[in-house]
Amino acid sequence: MLDIPRTAESALPGRAGGKQLHAASHLRRLEAESIHILRETAAEFRKPVMLYSVGKDSSVLLHLAMKAFHPGKPPFPLLHVDTTWKFREMIAFRDRRARELGLDLIIHTNNDGLSQGIDPFTHGSARYTDVMKTQALRQALDLHGFDAAIGGARRDEEKSRAKERVFSHRSAAHRWDPKNQRPELWGLYNTVLAPGESMRVFPLSNWTELDVWDYILLEDIPIVPLYLAASRPVVERDGALIMVDDARMPMRPGEEPQWRSVRFRTLGCYPLTGATSSTAATLPAIVREMMASRSSERQGRVIDRDSPASMERKKAEGYF
Amino acid sequence: MSYHEAPTIAVTDAPRLGQDDRPTLRFVTCGSVDDGKSTLVGRLLYDSKTLLDDQLDALASESKTAGTTGGDLDFALLVDGLQAEREQGITIDVAYRFFATRLRRFIVADTPGHAQYTRNMATGASNADLAVVLVDARRGVITQTRRHSHILSLLGIRRVVLAVNKMDLIGFDGDRFSAIAAEYLTLAGQLGISEVQCIPVVAPDGDNIVAASARMPWYTGPTVTAYLEAVDVAGDVSQRPFRLPVQWVNRPNAEFRGFCGRIASGTIAVGDAVRAQPSGHQTHVARILTPAGECNCAGAGESITLTLVDEIDVSRGDVLTGGSAAPVSDQLAAHLVWFDEEPMVAGRRYLLKCGTASTGAVITTLKHRIAIDTMAKEGATRLDVNEIGYVHIDLDRPLVFESYRDDRDIGSFILIDPISHRTAAAGMIDVSLRRATNIHWQQRAVDKSVRARLKQQRPCVLWFTGLSGAGKSTIADLVDRRLAELGRHAALLDGDNLRHGINRDLGFSNAERIENVRRVAEIAALFVDAGLIALVALISPFRSERELARQRLEAGEFIEIHVATPLAECERRDPKGLYRKARAGDLPAFTGIAQPYEAPPAPEITIDTSELSSEAACERIISYLREHNYL
Repeated sequence: MLDIPRTAESALPGRAGGKQLHAASHLRRLEAESIHILRETAAEFRKPVMLYSVGKDSSVLLHLAMKAFHPGKPPFPLLHVDTTWKFREMIAFRDRRARELGLDLIIHTNNDGLSQGIDPFTHGSARYTDVMKTQALRQALDLHGFDAAIGGARRDEEKSRAKERVFSHRSAAHRWDPKNQRPELWGLYNTVLAPGESMRVFPLSNWTELDVWDYILLEDIPIVPLYLAASRPVVERDGALIMVDDARMPMRPGEEPQWRSVRFRTLGCYPLTGATSSTAATLPAIVREMMASRSSERQGRVIDRDSPASMERKKAEGYF
Repeated sequence: MSYHEAPTIAVTDAPRLGQDDRPTLRFVTCGSVDDGKSTLVGRLLYDSKTLLDDQLDALASESKTAGTTGGDLDFALLVDGLQAEREQGITIDVAYRFFATRLRRFIVADTPGHAQYTRNMATGASNADLAVVLVDARRGVITQTRRHSHILSLLGIRRVVLAVNKMDLIGFDGDRFSAIAAEYLTLAGQLGISEVQCIPVVAPDGDNIVAASARMPWYTGPTVTAYLEAVDVAGDVSQRPFRLPVQWVNRPNAEFRGFCGRIASGTIAVGDAVRAQPSGHQTHVARILTPAGECNCAGAGESITLTLVDEIDVSRGDVLTGGSAAPVSDQLAAHLVWFDEEPMVAGRRYLLKCGTASTGAVITTLKHRIAIDTMAKEGATRLDVNEIGYVHIDLDRPLVFESYRDDRDIGSFILIDPISHRTAAAGMIDVSLRRATNIHWQQRAVDKSVRARLKQQRPCVLWFTGLSGAGKSTIADLVDRRLAELGRHAALLDGDNLRHGINRDLGFSNAERIENVRRVAEIAALFVDAGLIALVALISPFRSERELARQRLEAGEFIEIHVATPLAECERRDPKGLYRKARAGDLPAFTGIAQPYEAPPAPEITIDTSELSSEAACERIISYLREHNYL
């Protein structure tokens, strides 16, 4: 799927036939812009890394990176911050994709947090996210000395993301200063860093959730099966359907896992990711359901709801 | 009616998956604080049913706690995303919003109205096809409207929707609306904004946003949405010659060497002739790899990888061109929008990024500043934050470019401050000031000009000549100190002091005086080679020797300063008691008494210290250096 076959010249689209191709459809324009951003990152930074969260946006990002540097491989490794609470299917998918594509995959876990026994049930989502995600990410970036971290965030996800730059500056302490962002004009990015500073790069900034699904379908990009509806064991807790992915999840009094047909709109740590009831078991069915949907994808995320400005604050602290 | 059932332009018959080819229109909104930009954008999102239930619930609850509309839905909250903004009730940064109608997709950059955030407006406009300019119907066209429209025109925006908001507050007065529209059309005409649609609206209520307003039946034009859906913004970049700024050289193995980039303009096909600029080497296209696979041709906007028939040297920052060659120059004239709190001062050094090329750059001259209100060109020595000017720029190496009028991709640049790393300015190239004579560029040795640029100054010799006791050393010393305060690098060569060292073997015979001047001129010239400003305080009585010193240097590098204090005054001061000795016959060759002093016929600067204090003299010299771009 990622191989671009070298076809006989006669079989290639010609000038006339290529006209449609050049009409630069909506998705092709987004694709071209993202590839431009990925190549800028590779060219302008000493040691970039791609954050691979295993979700649908990461799948699209990885696919674009494969295209940007074809027939070579992306000139940067993948980094997965593993909280140890990800869905098991995500981990299996992650390892399979890295192997299939022959990419260098770095897996980082905050061992301090692990030895302190930080978990999402007893320490609350805010503390847990800070230790196992935000601090873990900062540790990994510092440990390897990465000066640019490519992520799959989109501006349509959330209000503070809508204001973030494509190349988003971080201080030596990994902090984002939303009031002092570098202006971005045309396709020109100020990538100059002082020692210790770094950049977060968001090639999917101008994509919407629908664009991502459309592109996955158009390009036949592999995704974690959790996005497709299937019968899964869930409990209803605090208004969300939480999948019981392993035996570590403590049951509250009266809770009993039930098998229900559900799927996930976003993927993260299973105790913090709400499922939606659905029977959409194919990609087109998902998208049809999504277009009719009346709620946003982040609704299923428990962590965004901690406080109104929670995302902005987490981002300022170094969260992706 | 609940807010969940808003009336609308909803995505009722969205095209089938993967088949959706509704074009995207990118537009920017601008206007002054409180004109209602965020409300307008929020209203567009709301009416297009882009908002989902949980977002509407959040909006309803936030409108009660943080809203400024007394509990009604406050649409601005949808857009004012940063916490600080909601606290202050204003928009402080550019936000990008997405919505779609049946016919088009939209990306809107919502930009703040305060004067100090003009840079964000320029940012939003740089990628926009069109602008929506808001004015408050009660206030009409104000300074901010002019400022924003001017920036829009500089950034190449040719189409504007003038949304005259808050019509309800002027009683839906159609005459007032016409007057505002007429005033704006005049302004747009002066700015070259060729297409303007004026629309009277009430953003919070949705009048003329999606549906025609029943409260303004006198208005028969399109609604904001109807206009945005229909306006034709197709560009002509594909008709222009092929330009591919090389971003990345892809060399995965010994067999493959591909040149990656996004096509700025034109089209390219397998077999087409291309040249690498600035080197000028020519070859043909062997293969074209696109994200959709290998193709026979590709066009503007596509991110591609080219392989070439011949192995020629091409690297990031070069431009592969077809058809007519692109201009190449190391001296440009350009418009600048100044972004940095640190003002622009001619002579300072910046990093310039244009396309994929980066090079050191010095703004040599600020030709004029543009007064925002009147659009008049006015003389200035600096640009402050949010000011616009027209400058000449010297580059460390030649740049392949196009005029911004023709090509936004390689006609635009940013300047980065080398110390703070802030983006100091956005630039739009107008013309080349000279054709680079040497298009087969070779790395030149570090020479005088390179060193001078490092020091952010034009090296020169300030040659103070005049009678003993005229004040040469005193003034030269003040100038030296003043230059140090300004962070410039100077060196003072004082005649008396030099006679203690390098010239200690010389006496005061005519021959020795000439040799004295020759040596000082040579040393001064070496200092100029090192990029310094050399200050020479030396009686140097003979015109011919001073002329030799002048000829030792390049044109403009020798600044003769005649410290023309009259003999009587020098003799009255007699700081070293030399005149007394000379009058007594103890100094046989003393200038002015026993030896003639040949005054310069046309010195660059003349100073008479009997009329001017040393400090004033110093300032006069510094002003001269500024006016003539030495500093």
